[in-house]
Amino acid sequence: MYAQMVQSTGKGVKTRAEMTEEEARFQDRIDAGEKIEPRDWMPEGYRKTLIRQIGQHAHSEIVGQLPEGNWITRAPTLERKAILLAKVQDEAGHGLYLYCAAETLGVSRDELTQDLLSGRMKYSSIFNYPTLTWADMGAVGWLVDGAAIMNQVPLQRTSYGPYSRAMIRICKEESFHQRQGYDIMMKMAKGTPEQKRMAQDALNRFWYPSLMMFGPSDADSVHSAQSMAWKIKINTNDELRQKFVDQTVPQAELLGLTIPDPELKWNEARGHHDFSQPDWSEFFAVIQGDGPCNSERMEARRKAWDDGAWVREGLMAHAAKKAARKVAAE
Amino acid sequence: MSTEWPLWEVFIRGQHGISHRHVGSLHAPDAEMAMKNARDVYTRRNEGVSIWVVEARHITASSPSDKGPFYEPSHSKVYRHPSFFDIPDEAGHM
Repeated sequence: MYAQMVQSTGKGVKTRAEMTEEEARFQDRIDAGEKIEPRDWMPEGYRKTLIRQIGQHAHSEIVGQLPEGNWITRAPTLERKAILLAKVQDEAGHGLYLYCAAETLGVSRDELTQDLLSGRMKYSSIFNYPTLTWADMGAVGWLVDGAAIMNQVPLQRTSYGPYSRAMIRICKEESFHQRQGYDIMMKMAKGTPEQKRMAQDALNRFWYPSLMMFGPSDADSVHSAQSMAWKIKINTNDELRQKFVDQTVPQAELLGLTIPDPELKWNEARGHHDFSQPDWSEFFAVIQGDGPCNSERMEARRKAWDDGAWVREGLMAHAAKKAARKVAAE
Repeated sequence: MSTEWPLWEVFIRGQHGISHRHVGSLHAPDAEMAMKNARDVYTRRNEGVSIWVVEARHITASSPSDKGPFYEPSHSKVYRHPSFFDIPDEAGHM
């Protein structure tokens, strides 16, 4: 996640007896695996939770362009530059697919943007960390996109039709992102000792923030329980985090890099790796706005919005003038 | 004046011989920009050979609550399906 700690109704999941007839019929459709479409009846809580979740997801794609955009002009070769440019362009596309999905729920694009700029809506904590070296482009693709894929693959089966379809498109493109990141890591890890040190340093800095992407344990969260009943969340945060660790450990070994966790070891009985939790107080601080790059990211988004105002207005005025001229000619 | 660009629905023909299919939507000030945006947002990997853009407000959609009554007339006409008729195997492919 790109959507962390999404608030749902805040109440427990209703039992069948507590549901109205409409709510029960709605839940039956979800349980039967039917997709809910924009004009179908839906509980207000379902609609609101989805706007929060899809909106946060969209904002993350958009803000997520910034840490990587930082390296476009400094990519080591023209080919790497073209690849990174294509990747960042994909992120913009993913943001747009998701904004459109959110808009089918009755919120406007401008409202969503304003909620991001005012800080009312969040984006993923991961994008508040700086990208200091070229190796960070590798670590971001490998770990951050890897963690995102872990979450997005099951969301292709989510109950809301437009969200599910956006996730299917995104997942098709996302695998390129992770592979280009791992490719950078392979090159660095097998390069000069200095390059290998950079790769290790990038892994050291991005490991725990990547684990934080899944959000704190939500085993007892009423928000998550409701979202899971509505199939807008498919797995618990801990399940996804475990899956991510299990997948990533052999990949790090292949690179000859060391995951910065002395407690990390294979647990034969569980059939999974044991690992250390990230520092959750750091996570909450970053979410609250105290990460290393929060103000820089928000500043960049506000500047883009303000500097683009004349373009948005000018193109609308031009379109109106053209339309009027066409009417006059007819 | 509101400067929010109108919403456009995008339809793409994936390959020759296939109909256009709805792929998503986007905002654009006019049809020309909608077309360019559609190319950038929905065909970054050669997904299409033809694009249609339609301003969303021009689309009339059936209502979900009509679902039953609206389609009811066809429910009872099972004879419209070829499998309704029992034809002996000896008649050959039909």
